[in-house]
Amino acid sequence: MNPHSTDPLLQTVDSLRGTLQGDLREQVVGDIFHEAENLIGRNQHQVGANKRKTFNQRLDRLLTSRWTGIPMMVLIFAAVLWTTIEGANVPSSMLATLLVDHGHDFLRSLAESIHTPEWITGLLIDGMYLTLAWVIAVMLPPMAIFFPLFTILEDFGYLPRVAFNLDNSFRRAGAHGKQALSMAMGFGCNAAGVVSTRIIDSPRERLIAIITNNFALCNGRWPTQILIATLFIGALAPPAIAGLVSAAAVMGVTVLGVFLTFATSWGLSKTMLKGEASTFSLELPPYRPPRIMRTLYTSLIDRTLTVLWRAMVFAAPAGAVIWLVSNIPVGSDSLAHWIVLHLEPMGWFLGLNGIILLAYLVAIPANEIVIPTILMLTVLITGVSGVGEQGAGVMFETDGQPLRVILEAGGWTTLTAVCLMLFSLCHNPCSTTIYTIYKETHSIRWTTVATLMPLALGFVACSLVALVWRLFT
Amino acid sequence: MSGACGTCDSCGTGKWGRMGVDMGKWDYTVALAGNPNTGKSTIFNALTGLRQHTGNWPGKTVTRAEGGFRYADAGFKLVDLPGTYSLLSATPDEEVARDFILFGRPDVTVVVADASRLERNLNLVLQVLQITDRAVLCLNLMDEARASGLELDFRGLARDLGVPVVPCAARQMEGIPELLKVISDVATGAISSQPKKLELKNPELASAIATITKELDIRYPDLPQKTWIAIRLLEGDRSIIDAVQDGSLAQLVADQQKPIPALSS
Repeated sequence: MNPHSTDPLLQTVDSLRGTLQGDLREQVVGDIFHEAENLIGRNQHQVGANKRKTFNQRLDRLLTSRWTGIPMMVLIFAAVLWTTIEGANVPSSMLATLLVDHGHDFLRSLAESIHTPEWITGLLIDGMYLTLAWVIAVMLPPMAIFFPLFTILEDFGYLPRVAFNLDNSFRRAGAHGKQALSMAMGFGCNAAGVVSTRIIDSPRERLIAIITNNFALCNGRWPTQILIATLFIGALAPPAIAGLVSAAAVMGVTVLGVFLTFATSWGLSKTMLKGEASTFSLELPPYRPPRIMRTLYTSLIDRTLTVLWRAMVFAAPAGAVIWLVSNIPVGSDSLAHWIVLHLEPMGWFLGLNGIILLAYLVAIPANEIVIPTILMLTVLITGVSGVGEQGAGVMFETDGQPLRVILEAGGWTTLTAVCLMLFSLCHNPCSTTIYTIYKETHSIRWTTVATLMPLALGFVACSLVALVWRLFT
Repeated sequence: MSGACGTCDSCGTGKWGRMGVDMGKWDYTVALAGNPNTGKSTIFNALTGLRQHTGNWPGKTVTRAEGGFRYADAGFKLVDLPGTYSLLSATPDEEVARDFILFGRPDVTVVVADASRLERNLNLVLQVLQITDRAVLCLNLMDEARASGLELDFRGLARDLGVPVVPCAARQMEGIPELLKVISDVATGAISSQPKKLELKNPELASAIATITKELDIRYPDLPQKTWIAIRLLEGDRSIIDAVQDGSLAQLVADQQKPIPALSS
């Protein structure tokens, strides 16, 4: 290995290595396997029929075969999304009525009765409380349904089958098949997805997996997708199938994300990270009956509440910032007005608007707060519902879709919704993920690539969609 | 656990208390090693009361997690490691496990094996037995082995391997009290074992390893795992060769003994 070594120990090693024949590790491992075989022969006996095996084989034939594997996968995830959308609707609007309409009014009148100065009421109640209330109303119901369902699939043993189904596509994209697993983790949280790429041993393929992980929609983005799809896409269809249409729209964005993962992996492995895909083996574990109660408990407590807590921690200061920028005067208008006005042309070009772009700047620490920030800014800037004044609730009660009313008052169209769903899929990772990427790669260069590449793609995709849309409508 | 269990003498000698991440001081360090997807995190959660993310797929745990429990008036620090197939080759997550098993100096190493796929799992078990005398084999997923019609003679296995063997079904908490007792007994020295040492069939290989081990012994008397390092040197492991060359080998080993900050999921 090292002929120039002057170290006597290494010289001994070199000369000894010369006396040995054949693959050294193979000999050691061969001896071990031989021993294992003896031990099994003495201590293990097949006494009954293997009931598990036939069940596993039948299920695997359905879930991993060439013809049914991928359709079943799409069907399963679509069912999860549809259940989430159908189930989250009612509790979401109940929470909105309770926390946003009544809760806000109540706190306002409470503040007035004890004569709190107007700016404190504004900062605390119109800013921080309202943003928090929206985070809870918008985020909690879909998370409380989506996470347990996803965890049950994971507990059952479905994830390795996903990796198996997608292996061929990843290989053709020049990436590692285990990237399917880090992608699946990314569907929970991209920072966790980036850490989970450690299961990939080739540095080249690991970098590809890290850079493209952002195309897996995370905790913070599922509610955005689900909400916008329900409000704008599902609403285009007759009520009977609105849920299905919304689920299909979110599924479409998810599949697009997977497709972008393949496309950018392929692009990277042809340019900056040239190389062939390496082979690997992955055990398909037996299906195990998921422990439903335990799963419900852990995914509610650990995942839902952890994510909600994180959203709230970021939302409260964000709410204060939003209220401040909306109330600090610049010339005759507020600072928020001024910023939004300057972002508006860029927003229009992307099929979005200035408020959305400002919201994405405020929400760099956490994707969870994008929608609440957009709602807050729209309300404060356009003054649509006059939130913060007595009788504000009237607006909400006139329509079953109060959020849609606010957004439409902010000038939203179906195009805005489509472009927002695209931009939510393709934009920079949250600051936690960016930091994690840096910790895992130790490279400013790759961190920059991983941060800016999705953003650039998002700009291209949104502006193209907006252009085509405007040409034909 | 059924109601009657835990009151009899066989496992009720020490009170068991889960301590989560608030370990305070501990008397013994216990490592959980094993192939991927054998239920290490489930056992970790059962013993510590923590809720490390668990899932039915290999490669879920990629970093080491630590938690604690008390048993028989002693404090135990439990280290949950990523799954690994072998100590001889490694992906970045397997390296985390390998380095800790080899150089973390755990007081007890519990190798968690999938009872329904034992033969494949024995590869790692036998490798671990080569490097430590304080090992316990936990045959987890016994429920699945039974459903697959397999009968395992765990006493025979214990005799052949020379270490305690505990059958478990951690998802149902089956065998956890027995596992605690055995871990505690191995840690305190109440059980001392003589694990099976492997005989290499190739005499030249065996003598080459012996020669290098002797040289390592002269240069670094305190260095643990000299046999493993000798094999790696013979194989030409770049990182170890470099570490010998620039004298950082001792440092490399010392790094493994540093504690890690508690992880949130």
